[in-house]
Amino acid sequence: MTEVAIYGLCAAGLVGLGLFGLIVQPHPLRKVLAFNLVGSGVFLLFGVVARRGTAAGFGGDPVPQALIITGLVVAFAATALAVALLLRLFQETGRATLRSDG
Amino acid sequence: MAFDIILVVLLLGVAMWTVAAPDTFTAVVGFVVFGLLLALAWMRLAAPDVALTESALGSGLTGGLLLGASTLLARSAAPAPSEEPGSSLRLAAAALCALVSAGLAALVLLLPEPAPTLAPQAMANIAATGLGNPVTAVLMAFRAIDTLLEVVVLLLALVGIWSLAPDRLWGGLPGRRRRADPNGLLTFIAQILVPVGILVGIYIFWIGSVAPGGEFQGATILAAMWVLAAMAGLVDAPPVSGRRLRLMLAAGPAVFFTIGLAGFATAGAFLAYPEPHAKLLILTIEVPLTLSIAATLALLVAGPPERASER
Repeated sequence: MTEVAIYGLCAAGLVGLGLFGLIVQPHPLRKVLAFNLVGSGVFLLFGVVARRGTAAGFGGDPVPQALIITGLVVAFAATALAVALLLRLFQETGRATLRSDG
Repeated sequence: MAFDIILVVLLLGVAMWTVAAPDTFTAVVGFVVFGLLLALAWMRLAAPDVALTESALGSGLTGGLLLGASTLLARSAAPAPSEEPGSSLRLAAAALCALVSAGLAALVLLLPEPAPTLAPQAMANIAATGLGNPVTAVLMAFRAIDTLLEVVVLLLALVGIWSLAPDRLWGGLPGRRRRADPNGLLTFIAQILVPVGILVGIYIFWIGSVAPGGEFQGATILAAMWVLAAMAGLVDAPPVSGRRLRLMLAAGPAVFFTIGLAGFATAGAFLAYPEPHAKLLILTIEVPLTLSIAATLALLVAGPPERASER
């Protein structure tokens, strides 16, 4: 097995772990964290694909690498929006729960 | 090889901690550590540009945002026991997630040989952009449309956050006012670190045309410096309805879009640059874009308006 494949397996594990956290953790902030873990796993998978595309004297395929950077920035924007929604929910109701029967 | 195995085990271990930690605050701390370890993994995958973005944005700014939120939410009650999933649901979720992981792992091991790559094309055409860093060339020239849409997404997220403000605070100042403690440690750190950090941010942005770095990494560092100074109470956020602020937020995407439209006349396509002036045009876009991204990221961390404007 190559070094790159090890990171690929790590990425697969991260997606699974994050998905598990997303399902079983009732706290919304924990769900945001878990979703970010899923995202990191997907980015790492993409990074493995980029690393395999090493050619022309560059250590990896620059196109997926640039898309990962774009993805990281968009993931941050989505996280910030989710956190703001959650804090507003807490301000309004005094609770931070996704249960509708509150 | 041994280093990679240790790093991967650490990454998975910290990720497990983030999912299973007893309380939210420790989970967020785990996530910050995870982001820094992941930046190391990006270096091992020969992606220094991504490593810079991950450590500054994925770990740094996201970590700061989530730590702040977990502190504010610490006063909220823990989820009721009825919200905790039962053991059968946990088991089913574990089985499902193991299946997803196994499927992805199989895909990783069965990836085609030789791997498809666009690196030769990128390297062959990079001279036309006048840039030396292929990742920046992809971001600013070959796939400029992605970058343009991305900065629009950032602005949309900011509009989304601002619109969470109650009506009476619309257009007010984001976050709470913090008073600077002249003898405080945070003030001291901010006074020492912020000037250096601003310099590092500008350098990382500037060097991005020829070496790892670029407008997103530089802008993130600039945004983090503003957040640090605001946390220490040395600066205060402007009212979100302020004209100068709005101009700063919109300038980058507006210049990008204008030069993109001009590409129709000068180079025959949207977001195409006429060859001899490509680098100059890219820099003309990048300077206001870096400022706009830095301001947007900082305000995304600052959150919705919580104080009425004093006017």
